[in-house]
Amino acid sequence: MQFRVVKKPEISQKQYFLIMLAAITLALLTSGLFILLLGFNPLGVYASMIQGAFGSAYRIEQTIVAAVPLIIISLGVAIAFKMKFWNIGGEGQVIMGAFFASFLALNYQHLSRPLLLLLMVVAGFIGGALWGLIPAFLKAKWDTNETIVTLMLNYIALKWVTYLQYGPWKDPASLGFPKIANFTENAILPKLFGVHIGWVIALILVVIMYIFMNYSKKGFEIAVLGESINTARYAGINIFRTILFTMFLSGGLCGLAGMIQASAVINTLSVEVAGGVGFTAIITAWLGALKPHWIVVVSVLFAAMVQGGSYIQTAFGISAASASIIQAMILFFVLGSDFFTKYKVVIGSSLPADRKGAK
Amino acid sequence: MKRVLTVLLVMLLALALTVGCGGQQTPAPSGEEGETIKVGFVYIGPPGDGGYTYAHDQGRLYLEKELGDKVQTIYKESVPEDQESEKVMRDMIDQGCKIIFATSFGYMDYVEKVAKEFPDVAFMHCSGYKLGPNYGNYFGRIEEPRYLSGIVAGLKTETNVIGYVAAFNIPEVVRGINAFTLGVRSVNPDAVVKVKWTNTWYDPTKEKNAAIALLDEGADIIAQHQDTAGPQVAAQERGAFSVGYNSDMSAMAPKAYMTAPVWNWGPYYVEQVKAVMDGTWKPEAYWGGMKDGIVELAPLTENAPEGAQEAVDEVKAKILSGEFNVFAGPIKDQSGEVKVPEGSIVSDEEQLAMDWFVEGVIGEIEK
Repeated sequence: MQFRVVKKPEISQKQYFLIMLAAITLALLTSGLFILLLGFNPLGVYASMIQGAFGSAYRIEQTIVAAVPLIIISLGVAIAFKMKFWNIGGEGQVIMGAFFASFLALNYQHLSRPLLLLLMVVAGFIGGALWGLIPAFLKAKWDTNETIVTLMLNYIALKWVTYLQYGPWKDPASLGFPKIANFTENAILPKLFGVHIGWVIALILVVIMYIFMNYSKKGFEIAVLGESINTARYAGINIFRTILFTMFLSGGLCGLAGMIQASAVINTLSVEVAGGVGFTAIITAWLGALKPHWIVVVSVLFAAMVQGGSYIQTAFGISAASASIIQAMILFFVLGSDFFTKYKVVIGSSLPADRKGAK
Repeated sequence: MKRVLTVLLVMLLALALTVGCGGQQTPAPSGEEGETIKVGFVYIGPPGDGGYTYAHDQGRLYLEKELGDKVQTIYKESVPEDQESEKVMRDMIDQGCKIIFATSFGYMDYVEKVAKEFPDVAFMHCSGYKLGPNYGNYFGRIEEPRYLSGIVAGLKTETNVIGYVAAFNIPEVVRGINAFTLGVRSVNPDAVVKVKWTNTWYDPTKEKNAAIALLDEGADIIAQHQDTAGPQVAAQERGAFSVGYNSDMSAMAPKAYMTAPVWNWGPYYVEQVKAVMDGTWKPEAYWGGMKDGIVELAPLTENAPEGAQEAVDEVKAKILSGEFNVFAGPIKDQSGEVKVPEGSIVSDEEQLAMDWFVEGVIGEIEK
């Protein structure tokens, strides 16, 4: 007897629904067992997770704050993924965007607030965009592996900021503690309805990217290039320029998210400015099927899960590591179920009936 | 993408169902009942680090034990010293905390920021120096037991090189290295203390590796200003000896560990929380010493050299009586010049900004 994996034809919505339902049930059951092992009531813990994410105006605000960078970075990586350019470098592009914006924030505090913030937005975008252009150029010119290049550029960006924080940019007033000076009020994004206006920027970008991806010529070209490079070539699409343009946009959006995080959330530049959100956004972009509107929904749910996971730590005294395990289990099943929507596992040694004739 | 919507709705539904079912069975963990005061602790590492956070968590448990159901404590472990700490404090206040103990240096600016927004909440920041209408700071003169632990190390060393694994080059750590070195050289003027910076409070591997490097450079005793027992383990593996920090680390390295300057936070936490409950609390810059009981030297183990107990007891008695001050002159700096003349003492302000090493320290303070 053996197991074989066979590609499924397009499945119906009902089947998809059932597979996901099974995945979520399994996720809740498995992590429920784990919670039981820790000595808590799983239902109580799940209830607390939701309370922790949506239980008060403050918690909803915090969930939105966590969702904002996820949404913007997901949009960024989604456009690259659409072209089948595997941009794993969101993290580094976020960091470089934050670095460019912070340079202005720390050196041009005397500018008026609207002007400084506007310049920081532009600088953040350009910082990320330039960082995204490097793998794009290498890929377009010499067909290098963009997964590796973007991944490694993350660490260069991270260590660059580490160098700044521990070296030349260290705040002299911090008595030796490695920390970059806080931005002045001028360089901090204002709030609207209790949350920094990054959420407005995120929503505007969602609309723009939706229109761009669905109704613009460039958006169409990117999708065609993603489907087949030969088709794109026959259609007369300039492949070199399209790759560069797409990554400029992709990195730019990530860089913009970096500017928002540095300005509104941390109020300075730090090695933690991205904090892994550039990687998380890959998951949310994928779960959102690379569609801007679904990215919003998935990002908010994801942020809620993280907030809820944080809440149960203080509410139940569950350790940080255990909370991560619970989150990871839920994700594992939801992501893993994606496999069963595209493939099925057949048990048996013989070929499927429809293939027998061909042999 | 209707199918994604379906999936998400199902997720919500499933979660909503669990909420519905779970609601009645479990008491809300964050509910405010009666006159209970809720206290939040922000930790830099996990309580299981066997060191710094462990000592604070022992203090938290002591608080719960002493005040019973009048107090409810919550804590968040492994909180980085960045914007995350600000969020954690806000979360705790959202969950009803009226008192926040933020237990690491790097939380300082965030404590100040959040404290200004929540004037009704009492904030106490460990190891910092900022003071305001509703936020104070607290620490202990760990330099006193550190000096004593230096005596033990100074008597024990044979190579006359003692390794010191140190976290950040901030005054708190520099002060500790100086006190330790003064203790070492009070009994062994030929010994030197080699310093290695790790730039982390909590990283067992990095701390251990720094200790191994120091052992490779000829140290036969390892001391530390770190939150974990990593350096102790390194010393034991090499057959060397060690001086711990924060809490009794004998269990982690029974063959190496000799003693440690340790924290005893419990009584202070009880006192502060009681004061808040009585309405008599005032923010202060608390800096207690051995005579206040907030710091002490852990019992010497059998690894400690002969005569160490007597030597320690003699100086300890003088510290308790106020006869002896660790930072009393004459003290020479690294270049051999007299930095603190005979008859004068390094003031508290100078100690809080200390950025120079005493003679006998091999290492640099990057500025």
